[in-house]
Amino acid sequence: MRIIYTDVLVIGGGLAGLRMAIAARRRGHEAIILSLVPAKRSHSKAAQGGMQASLGNVIKGQGDSEDVHFEDTVRGGDWGADQEVVRMFVNTAPKAVRELAAWGVPWSRVRKGDREVIINGQKVTITERDAAHGLVAQRDFGGTKKWRTCYVADGTGHAMITAIADQAIAASIPVHEHNEALALIHDSGRCYGAVVRDLVSGELTAYVAKATALATGGAGRLYRVTTNAVICEGIGQAIALETGVATLGNMEAVQFHPTGIFPAGILVTEGCRGDGGLLRDADGHRFMPDYEPEKRELASRDVVSRRMEEHIARGKGAKSRFGDHLWLDITLLGEHHIRHNLREVYEICHYFLGVDPVKEWIPVRAAQHYTMGGVRTGPTGESPNLKGLFAAGEAACWDMHGFNRLGGNSVAETVVAGMIVGEFIGDFCDRPENDINIPTAVVHDYLEREQARLSALLTGRGTEDAVALRVAMQEIMTAKVGIFRRGKDLEQAVDELQQLLVRSRDIGVRYRAAGANPELVTAYRTQRMLKLALTVAYGALARSESRGAHYREDFPRRNDAEWLKRTLASWSNESDTLPTLTYEALDVRRMELPPGWRGYGARDHIHHPDTATREKEVEALKAKLASSDRFAVQQALMPYEQLLPPRLRGRNERIDDRS
Amino acid sequence: MTDQTAHRKLSFRILRYNPQENGSTPRLQRYELEEADGMTLFIALNEIREQQDPSLQFDFVCRAGICGSCGMMINGRPGLACRTLTRNLPPEITLAPLPIFELIGDLSVNTGRWMRDLGERLETWVHMKAGELDLGHIEETMDPDLAEQIYLLDRCIECGCCVAACGTARMREDFVGAVGLSKIARFRLDPRDARTDADYYELIGDDDGVFGCMSLLACHDVCPKNLPLKTQIAFLRRKIAAVGIK
Repeated sequence: MRIIYTDVLVIGGGLAGLRMAIAARRRGHEAIILSLVPAKRSHSKAAQGGMQASLGNVIKGQGDSEDVHFEDTVRGGDWGADQEVVRMFVNTAPKAVRELAAWGVPWSRVRKGDREVIINGQKVTITERDAAHGLVAQRDFGGTKKWRTCYVADGTGHAMITAIADQAIAASIPVHEHNEALALIHDSGRCYGAVVRDLVSGELTAYVAKATALATGGAGRLYRVTTNAVICEGIGQAIALETGVATLGNMEAVQFHPTGIFPAGILVTEGCRGDGGLLRDADGHRFMPDYEPEKRELASRDVVSRRMEEHIARGKGAKSRFGDHLWLDITLLGEHHIRHNLREVYEICHYFLGVDPVKEWIPVRAAQHYTMGGVRTGPTGESPNLKGLFAAGEAACWDMHGFNRLGGNSVAETVVAGMIVGEFIGDFCDRPENDINIPTAVVHDYLEREQARLSALLTGRGTEDAVALRVAMQEIMTAKVGIFRRGKDLEQAVDELQQLLVRSRDIGVRYRAAGANPELVTAYRTQRMLKLALTVAYGALARSESRGAHYREDFPRRNDAEWLKRTLASWSNESDTLPTLTYEALDVRRMELPPGWRGYGARDHIHHPDTATREKEVEALKAKLASSDRFAVQQALMPYEQLLPPRLRGRNERIDDRS
Repeated sequence: MTDQTAHRKLSFRILRYNPQENGSTPRLQRYELEEADGMTLFIALNEIREQQDPSLQFDFVCRAGICGSCGMMINGRPGLACRTLTRNLPPEITLAPLPIFELIGDLSVNTGRWMRDLGERLETWVHMKAGELDLGHIEETMDPDLAEQIYLLDRCIECGCCVAACGTARMREDFVGAVGLSKIARFRLDPRDARTDADYYELIGDDDGVFGCMSLLACHDVCPKNLPLKTQIAFLRRKIAAVGIK
């Protein structure tokens, strides 16, 4: 058994992992990235529509700022987010876009003069400013007051990961492809790396590091219908959970994207609606304005997905052999726009549906899309419970999305969190007390434990079929822990998942090769996924309110009085069949934006007792500082800049500042 | 609605070989499968693995034609398996791994290592002109049409289909392929990159680079992203040859 030493072990080769590794490398630390697949094939690649950053270059973005982005994000998350972290994020996002612009991302650019766009189903002519010509362009997205989403046609994630992965090559950062972390090595509340399996040879290696960073993405594959890549199985969160020390935050917060193509669940971007596309029902009727007169198709994703399912439940879905669906109509955008700005959408429709979106409507239905929950960290990205364990991106819950993420905020988060957390990892590795001091005997124990687990699967007499267990789990999650949730269903889901978990301890494999063995991989991942599914279902059962994407039919109101708190799940003993849930209250008295109505969706909620007081305080402060600039007001309401790494502080210039 | 159409029986012949396993020899293995509506090779191969043969190796990630993981020889032609609908194929389907690349096992090849080596050799990143960036300032402008032209070449997903289809790559182990040449064409276009044609000449001005291409141009025909490889290679050859003549 081998041991490899490094300063920083990054688990996951997507945008967040690559960017953290680059940051650490620039700080003079050695970094190794582990990746299941070649880094450029990570699921970051599939981000289509764009990344939010309040550059305000386009005319419809004029007046945008960190403040507006902050409020949109907090409202979008239904006040579940950590507002300080949201502030850190919105202030860094423009810097991230500009860094990527310098690194070669071919952002779509503003062209000065008149152009025709579709807004609310109507053709409108808008005029872009001369001063904006050639700057990074923005498009409209759901849940935003301004056009803020910077994009590269509809291949934004692809262009971003190409540039960042190539920067990692330039920095000589090794990516150990086809390698999977099976367990985190930890001792006395300190993380020291991971036991890693080579997916080709089957060999186990211990990677021992000062800092270990999880960037393994989401857990969409807990569900039957998901936009997520097949590797998005939540294994990063699961191995953090299996330490028994680290906690997972808000795992019940799961996003369903309104426009997965039906029935395959492949994503077509929110940019379709942002650019003017409409949702239609079986009768061809545009139904969203009936439900959401203010934001229509561009309410937040949780709201649009619920409205779509509601409409289908009323019998308005189009019928097909595979079930009911609705239609996404982008024909009104015209061929030129679709062939230039929605190329991937065009290809997906062509290849998977045989549909020409220039002329025909696209069959869509909501599909699992994003995991708001993840490894709980503080604003530095470090686990509060397990020193030396960092997490960033979709795998993490630091927590900027609350209970619903806005479109364009996740691909932005990957890079922003990578920049911020990467700096804090640099700080961590700089401190001499964080040198590696773990005895090799402990490392060998971990290696032997994992080897024994694999051997038990390979040579044991288990009789359970991993594929069958996984399919059963996905069916339960989709049917009972989906868009609409009820206590009774959730109780059943928790019971059934527990039974599956117990059965998963008796999985056997038919193909017994120790090396490349897809069946073995399915077996050990399914065992871990079931634990993760239980954190989702059990957290959803316990949360007797509706907030963001977590919607309880039996508790339809948001209940700030009882539930303005973050769920923390841990797995105390290997023999347990349920996670242990604890809660972490959000402090209304420190919020820059006290809880209120989101501007779309349900209007009634149960107030937190501190909300009224805080609202008055905020109003009084704003009145008192009426003659000050927005930065001074913000600073008075909720100072946050001290939380950012020094090199990422500072204001973001806009063209309006130049005039 | 019920399905009225009778489903075809599909017969797959898959090239099996696991170099990791002692005694494994290359062979074609047959699998029968009933076709389903909207069935792609992604769905078919997973069904075969789950129901018939758990040892079968292949690679999928996004299953949406975006990530480039699933390039393979489909009835003798390189293509992306995930977005290949079985209804567009005859009932006899022969699948083989992409040639040229290191075989991991069965249909799985190591395109990752090959592409990383290429990236290191050709330095496929923007060589920035300045030192430390000031991220607080407005970005440099770029002509909107130029940005789009760069993106068109940037759409390469490194799937390896162009290399698998390449006559030169069969003969020259170190040939950079259409993927390498189109990347150089991309950076040549990019005003953010400080390199000149003289620099690019050092990278691709030989028979492993742009002069190795025999203009068979199967790369152009098989590229899943329809990159304009034919014109880009011809253009690049002219530009690089001009440096050599000087």
